[in-house]
Amino acid sequence: MTELSKTGAAVGEPTSSPSNAPDAFLAVRDLKVHFPTDDGLVKSVDGLTFQVEKGKTLCIVGESGSGKSVTSLAIMGLHRLGARGKNVQMSGEIWLGGKELVSAAPDEVRRLRGREMAMIFQDPLSAMHPYYTIGNQIVEAYRVHHDVNKKTARKRAIEMLDRVGIPEPDKRVDNYPHEFSGGMRQRAMIAMALVNNPELLIADEPTTALDVTVQAQILDLIRDLQKEFGSAVVLITHDLGVVAEIADDVLVMYGGRCVERGSVDDVFERPQHPYTWGLLGSMPRIDRETSERLIPVKGQPPSLINVPSGCAFHPRCPYADVPKGDVTRTVRPELQQVGGGHFSACHLSPEDRTRIWTEEIAPKL
Amino acid sequence: MSETKKTDEAKTDAASGEREVLLKVEGLQKHFPIRKGVLQRQVGAVKAVDGIDFEVRKGETLGVVGESGCGKSTMGRVITRLQDPTGGSIHFEGKDITRLNTAGMRPLRRDIQMIFQDPYGSLNPRHTIGGIVSAPFRLQGVEPEGGVKKEVQRLLELVGLSPEHYNRYPHEFSGGQRQRIGIARALALKPKLVVADEPVSALDVSIQAQVVNLMDDLQEELGLTYVIIAHDLSVVRHVSDRIAVMYLGKIVELADRSSLYEAPMHPYTKALMSAVPVPDPKRRGAKSERILLRGDVPSPISPPSGCRFHTRCWKATEICKTTEPPLLELRPGQRVACHHPENFADQAPQDTVLLTAAKEAAELVSDKVLAKSPETEASSEDAANDK
Amino acid sequence: MILLLVVTAVTFAIFFLLPRMAGQTADQLAQQYLGKSPTKADIVAVKQNLGLDDPVYLQYWHFIKGIVAGATYDLGPTTTHCSAPCFGYSFRTHVEVWPQLTSRIPVTLSLAVGAAVMWLVSGVVIGVISALKPGSFFDRTFMGVALAGVSLPMFFTGQLALFLFTFQWPIFGRTYVPFTENPAQWANTLIPAWCSLALLYSAIYARLTRSGMLETMSEDFIRTARAKGLRERKVVARHGLRAALTPIITVFGMDLGLLLGGAVITEKVFSLPGIGQYAVQGITDNDLPPILGVTLLAAFFVVIANLVVDLLYAAADPRVRLS
Repeated sequence: MTELSKTGAAVGEPTSSPSNAPDAFLAVRDLKVHFPTDDGLVKSVDGLTFQVEKGKTLCIVGESGSGKSVTSLAIMGLHRLGARGKNVQMSGEIWLGGKELVSAAPDEVRRLRGREMAMIFQDPLSAMHPYYTIGNQIVEAYRVHHDVNKKTARKRAIEMLDRVGIPEPDKRVDNYPHEFSGGMRQRAMIAMALVNNPELLIADEPTTALDVTVQAQILDLIRDLQKEFGSAVVLITHDLGVVAEIADDVLVMYGGRCVERGSVDDVFERPQHPYTWGLLGSMPRIDRETSERLIPVKGQPPSLINVPSGCAFHPRCPYADVPKGDVTRTVRPELQQVGGGHFSACHLSPEDRTRIWTEEIAPKL
Repeated sequence: MSETKKTDEAKTDAASGEREVLLKVEGLQKHFPIRKGVLQRQVGAVKAVDGIDFEVRKGETLGVVGESGCGKSTMGRVITRLQDPTGGSIHFEGKDITRLNTAGMRPLRRDIQMIFQDPYGSLNPRHTIGGIVSAPFRLQGVEPEGGVKKEVQRLLELVGLSPEHYNRYPHEFSGGQRQRIGIARALALKPKLVVADEPVSALDVSIQAQVVNLMDDLQEELGLTYVIIAHDLSVVRHVSDRIAVMYLGKIVELADRSSLYEAPMHPYTKALMSAVPVPDPKRRGAKSERILLRGDVPSPISPPSGCRFHTRCWKATEICKTTEPPLLELRPGQRVACHHPENFADQAPQDTVLLTAAKEAAELVSDKVLAKSPETEASSEDAANDK
Repeated sequence: MILLLVVTAVTFAIFFLLPRMAGQTADQLAQQYLGKSPTKADIVAVKQNLGLDDPVYLQYWHFIKGIVAGATYDLGPTTTHCSAPCFGYSFRTHVEVWPQLTSRIPVTLSLAVGAAVMWLVSGVVIGVISALKPGSFFDRTFMGVALAGVSLPMFFTGQLALFLFTFQWPIFGRTYVPFTENPAQWANTLIPAWCSLALLYSAIYARLTRSGMLETMSEDFIRTARAKGLRERKVVARHGLRAALTPIITVFGMDLGLLLGGAVITEKVFSLPGIGQYAVQGITDNDLPPILGVTLLAAFFVVIANLVVDLLYAAADPRVRLS
């Protein structure tokens, strides 16, 4: 693939204070995203910290309403746009390649969007404009950041379609989204996101709407492209299978907060939070004959307006009474290091966690 | 536990002869006509279900898997007679119900119930939970013992809801709870057969497990027979006794659970199962066994000739293109429609020249898979000879 | 094909129902034609000449034949030929209908198209701005004005405009001048009428655009457009408006088609010699041929507008293009 230099619109020097800037390529610190509504303040993301290096993949796992999608949109700066953008309350820091985005001017963030950071979405049919051809939409994405004529951009679009595995790209470039199959559309969407060689790719449930065989193709493609481009990938999913397949690091979200974070081996082999245990126990497995029943998490996900006091998971946690007193109901557990690069926010003592995991949970999985 | 017991039962039943057949489907077809122009002339048909045979035995769970567009949901609606088949026959408890009209079907509606995917769309938002769950009694003119209200409250408790929910409205409930309401409604008339179309796919993982366990418990408690249609192979493996794999309106493989997942015979089954991501990062090394299928599922308007999978199969030869393989019971309890099955003797050994498309498809299949098949073939041949 | 059927059905219905609704017999119609105190013999003669005694389907056949091929009327002393398309003669004034219509079409066309351009532009602009800042001062003000605009009847706003700008401060002309004669004068006379008509419609269009835009701007593809790093202005214009305007095309086409069939009240208020006025005259005089002519013309315009709308829609939305 030809490496086209990024000589688009000149990027103004964003606010950067090198003393404060983290080493990691993408670093999120104490991010909070709150939406005021008539019913109360929705705390979609409430104090989230993580980082991703170039060439690495972080998977954010959680159920609907856990704040995982909101996090991705916050990094892209997409919350503040549109009619309701003014109301969003955002605080914390998002560092991308040494630039801080939460305090940056909206136009600075806009210039980074699609160029330094790009995004693919769950449902590629609704995420593409129905009235423009696939080619036009890729050309548009390219020309926002590159001062080239339409012909050059079109050539680039065809090249990208070819790279993501669309047969006859010079013909399919003039098709409309509805003329593509679901898998093809997601490929085209990826081509559109990667047309400017972004250094950060955010994928929000990129395979949820697709069939398994197509999902395998798309995950394969994302992995290949990441190797080729060396970009950082943040992949949001609810499917632990996808996580095990593609992640280097995992972040488990519950009620707008991180409950566990660590390398993929840590989280799957030595999970340190009862919610992670719950997710693992809930999943039927294709790789083994389960003679046991599934171990579901009891109850319902929490409301983001009235997040339970103390540990947000305590009403559903089978071990909420293990720590002494009512600490699980009154004190919000902080994220604590439980191993090299492995963090967990839980009141259980390390000994209790290890015991419960090895004796009660792991044997049943 | 219950699952183990079930498999044991299945095994003993298989040994001591077949369980009683509850539902028998033969040559079932459902074609949706495509009409065009002012006169609405029929110019073609979407062959959603195109000649399938299977039976469901009393007390078992038949899982039906396949990708979108394979016809599994249509099949579900046709066997419950929510849609009329265009061909073939359906027998329920030995009675031909293929051509029964609405009036003729009414008594059978008690015995055959359906659970739908969308717990939001399938409950009328203007009715209370009590109204929704008691609707089957009203429609069938049944007066349960102790009165309708008491029975509905018992049902609500049965599915894990509180009897106090009787006067609430659907919007007050979460997705998982709504699916429980749907299940309570389906169970109101003590059906014999429950057809569930993607019952858990709209739910979060932790809630999915709750509903799966609930359905499991109810089956045991009430002796239900399930047909569970789902795209998630992990869920299907967990809940089913036997599994039918569909591709483009056909059943390509129908086998009991362990045979299917441990030794799939149809290449499509194999590819489908290898594509499912396993929640175990250690198995990432085993990725070489993954079979990536090329391209998309062809259109059901003009499906490929012969074996419908030949356009994407890495083993396809000339015969696959010309002759449709019949669904044959190659091993006890395992029916396959393939000329060159995996894990078994080749059905058309004389035909060895691969199609060009198959050669291309094979590029995406790791050598490990390709090398493995002759071996296993040989061993299964030996096994067959031994018998 | 279907369009032709629709036009035929409409004329057929009008032809059969209209005389009966007015409660007129063939005698009365003939009498109307002859004016004051005709003799019995005259009435019979006229009835015969105009074919009023024929069965209705035959009359209809003659009517259609007249439109396609022209007709010749043998009226006692003289024989008149009325060339195709012949819509007959007014019973009252004995003036041929078709030339009347053709001379009036430009007036109605000027009024309708001018007003349409005004309301489309102003309605869409207001609607878009409102949608981008829902709940803002601008939004609430304009939606309030829009509500008032919809609720004020034409004969009120029209009269007011007429009073203010033509009589009180006579900056606009009073009598219609064809565009071909003096474009400036033409526009000058029409502006009050355009404004009054546009006020009513732009209010509707502003509301339509606003709700369409609000819906479109929350679509996923808008999020994608923003994720590309497009400027918000481009996101709105190229992605939002394009999708939001498509349904408005449909409504616009129908409205324009309807207006071309005669903006009755507006023409009356501003004394514009258009098709609407002709229709009003025909109805007050109980004069069948002009009513038939106008109705047919109006149906024709609506049907054509429909066709144009379908074509435009297909051009705008690739998903509905015929495969």
